[in-house]
Order: sequence, then structure tokens, then C-alpha cells
Amino acid sequence: MSRIFVKGNEAIARGALDAGCRCYFGYPITPQNEIPEYMSRVLPGIGGQFVQAESEIAAVNMLLGAGACGVRAMTSSSSPGISLKQEAISYMAGSDLPGVIVNISRGGPGLGDIGPSQGDYFQAVKGGGHGDYRQLVLAPASVQEAYDLTMLAFELAFAYRNPVMVLGDAIIGQMMEPISQREPVHPDPDESGSWRLEGSGERKPRVIKSLRLAEGSLGDHNLHLQEKYEKARRECRHEEFLTQDAELVVVAFGSIGRIVKSTIRRLRQEGYRVGLLRPVSLYPFPSSALQELAGQGRRFLTIEHNLGQMVEDVRLALCGQARCGVYGHLPGNLPTPDDFEEPIVKAMKERK
Amino acid sequence: MSVYQDVIIAGFGGQGVMIMGSLLAVAAMESDLQVTYIPVYGPEMRGGTANCTVVISDEEVGSPIIKRPLSLMAMNRPSLEKFQPRVKDKGLVVFNSSLVDARLADNGRVEVYKVPANDIAADLGNIRMANMVALGAYVRVTGIVELKAVQHSLEKVIPQRYHHLLPLNSRALEAGTEGVSRCQKTGV
Repeated sequence: MSRIFVKGNEAIARGALDAGCRCYFGYPITPQNEIPEYMSRVLPGIGGQFVQAESEIAAVNMLLGAGACGVRAMTSSSSPGISLKQEAISYMAGSDLPGVIVNISRGGPGLGDIGPSQGDYFQAVKGGGHGDYRQLVLAPASVQEAYDLTMLAFELAFAYRNPVMVLGDAIIGQMMEPISQREPVHPDPDESGSWRLEGSGERKPRVIKSLRLAEGSLGDHNLHLQEKYEKARRECRHEEFLTQDAELVVVAFGSIGRIVKSTIRRLRQEGYRVGLLRPVSLYPFPSSALQELAGQGRRFLTIEHNLGQMVEDVRLALCGQARCGVYGHLPGNLPTPDDFEEPIVKAMKERK
Repeated sequence: MSVYQDVIIAGFGGQGVMIMGSLLAVAAMESDLQVTYIPVYGPEMRGGTANCTVVISDEEVGSPIIKRPLSLMAMNRPSLEKFQPRVKDKGLVVFNSSLVDARLADNGRVEVYKVPANDIAADLGNIRMANMVALGAYVRVTGIVELKAVQHSLEKVIPQRYHHLLPLNSRALEAGTEGVSRCQKTGV
């Protein structure tokens, strides 16, 4: 199949369009500007809408509006801009509305820098907005995966009527790799037919809202949400690399996952029995895969581009069955395979 | 693994190092290899050195970022000074000898090739072709992809508005393969 050579950001835009995305709303911020740039070029010509909004908050509320109309739509930003979008994401979750949010994250907190970082793990996975809700989170490690997971994000958003986040970083957004595009999806026009707003005509009007004041209704709605999240557990995705005979399993996601893979290849040549588990879905988290490895007596080390966030989910999954250390790479520093050699070797030598 | 090469390509902003990297990467893709290209962007693009990294392999590429590369293309002196010490022992350096004193080459530790890229480009009538000359030299000494694959990839990488320059770019790549020579020993 013929391949094209594109940036991660462009792959995300192409994935969205091939998934049937027809509305994009955004506000510029580095390092994700190639997403709106590509969308602004293509969407108007295929009957879609591109809006450069007056702010991130306006953009994400337009996403909410498009979702309420059953339209496949997306917004994208980078860390500080994603913080601004949290209120609307909570409203979308509270209203059972689909939508795709892309975070090409950068160093933080605050304005931080424009380099790569995974400091937004907690915000993405634990919910940066208020209320007892979850969003599904997918973390690509290559440009092809950025394309594929963006397509998947739209499927999941509509299957579960829930916001879905694609969480990348400046590495995933800015690097270029060959990708193979798939056949574009033509969404079933009825996929939102039972709930979207389209003018009631003869039928009973529909109301989409997150305010639930009637006695018992908010409790019931929260139960409904939890049932939905329980169902979404089947969407767990992860990659294992050389775990079969590994004494130590490194857990790392996104760009760090693939960088660590290079370290592991090198250490394998020196005889270290080390493998990798890379969560692809961060929520739902691939806990059972970790539990299985723990049951086989493996030890664990989490490596991430922050000072220790995902490690909390790894430890929760392991539930005391196995210990997991953490090596945090500082934001403001480009991670390379060399950086992870020493921490992995050290963890391998630490015998109980 | 049978095919693997990684390279840092560096120069000043404006010398076209990003195009060199993306052209090499597309040529690798067209040669059915796996490849990753990552630019260093941001403040460094505005003055000082600009650089990008290309990793080529016949299997899945791991890290797109390389601290100690197997090879380096240095288009100016600051780039050679900054990145040459990082090249792995017995690695390979191709530098633009029109702008860099050959005595700075760390010959012996690494294999060094010089190409007077600016002079060759000026002889071709357009000094902006120096990047293509250097890339031609690199492709010749590494053999990582065929020169023809690079030439065929030009039209995919060079913006449409410069397509009248495709034949000249192609000639510059070829001139680079002819103009490159191995530095015999340090200081020569």
C-alpha cells in the first residue's frame, strides 16, 4: 500500500477527516498548530466547518454544540489550552455527548515551555473537570498510531456518547513518519438519530442538559455513567514487547514508550532480561495485563516524562502483588534512549 | 538487524537542513524502509544552529531522538563543534568544507568526509543548492539509500512553487556524490 510522509499533527487531522469529522473548532497554540492548519485547508472544501474561535473555551463549547447535533467534531490544543476546556468536557460528560479532544501536551505547569512532556496524565485520566465522570484516553506512540487512534476516538465517542481524548506530546505532534491511510468511514446518519437535536417537528422535543434537579435524577444519571464506564473497560489496549522472559517490565506510554523500546533493545544485547508494557488506552487502564505479568513474578519500573503520575495507576493495578519503582524524566529535556539505561539497569540490580 | 542508520543534520537556519532531513526520510520511505524524522524547532530556529534527526531501519524505529548518532552532516562550524563530539566512536561525519576548517574534524575517532558544498553549488549557479550537494555526498558514503531514490523524492518534498528547480536540485545531489572525499588524517 502506498504510504505518505506526514507530521503527527497532520496524521491526527487526516485520521479525524477519515473518521467522518466534519467540524473543527480551535484556537492556536504550539506545538499542535498543524492540526488546525490542515483542517482549515481541507474542511471547507468537503462541506465541513472550520472555526478559529475567539478562545479555547469558545472552541470546546462549539464542540459540545456540534456533539448535541450528532455531528462528528473535534477540538485540539496543548496543555494550557486544554486546562481551559475542562469545564465544557465535564458538561459533555454530564450530558452524554460525544466529541474528540486532542491534547498535544507541552511542559508545565503554567505556560511551561513548548517542548514535550507527559505532565498532563492526571488531568487527562483522572478528569480535569468537576464531577464524577471519566473520559476515554488514547495515547499514540507513532505517527501511524496517531492516525489510527484518532479514527478510533470518533468510533468510541459515538459508541459511548462520551468525550474521548487523544493524548500526544510535542514529539508525537512534530515528528514525521510514513503512514498508510485507511478507507474513509461514512458514519451511519442514524448513529445519533435517537438523541440528537435537529428540530423536533412532529415528535416530542428533546432536551440535552447536565442540570438534573428532580429528586433522584442526578443519582440515577451518575449510576448510568458508571455503567457506561464499566462497559468501556472492554476498550483496554496495550502493547507488550519482549515481556515473555522479562525479569523487569518497564511501563511507559506514548513517546516515552517507544524511546524506552530502543533502550530495551540495547540492554537485551547486553543480556538484560527486560521488556516493555505500553498502555495504549490510558483510560480504561490495562490493569489486567499488568496483573497477569505480576502473577508471573515480574518486577516493574514505570518511566514517564513527568515526576510520577501513571505510576499511581500501575501500583493500583498491581495492588501490592509486585512492587513498581518510578523514573521521572524532567520536562524541558528531550528524552533519549541513553537517559533510561541507567535507571533500568539499577532497577534490575535491586533484588528483594 | 541488517539496515540501520541514524543521523543528525545541522546547520544555520536557512541552509535547508530540514529539507535535507525530510528528503532523506522520504527517499527511505520510497525504498520500503521504516523511517522517522524529527526537527528541532522553536527558539533555535531563529539564529544559531537548526537541526533535525533522521532514523532509518528495516524494522520498526524505536526512538526518534538520538543522543549519540552514528552519523552527522554538519553544514557549518557551530554544528560540527556542537555535534561531532556526540557522534559514536567509528561513526561517520560529512561536513561542508566550504565553511568549516578541515582541521576541526575529529579524524581517527570517527570517519570524516569533506565536501565543498557551497563551492560546488556556486559552480552549478545557485549557492542555495549546497544542502543538496551535502546530501548527495552523505548518500554516496553511507549507501543508506540509492541516489535515484533521493532524486525521485525531490518532487514530494520541495514545494510546488520551486518545482522549476527540481532538475538543478537533482544535479546538485549528483555533484555531491562526485565532490566528496575522505579526510586522510587529522589536520589534512
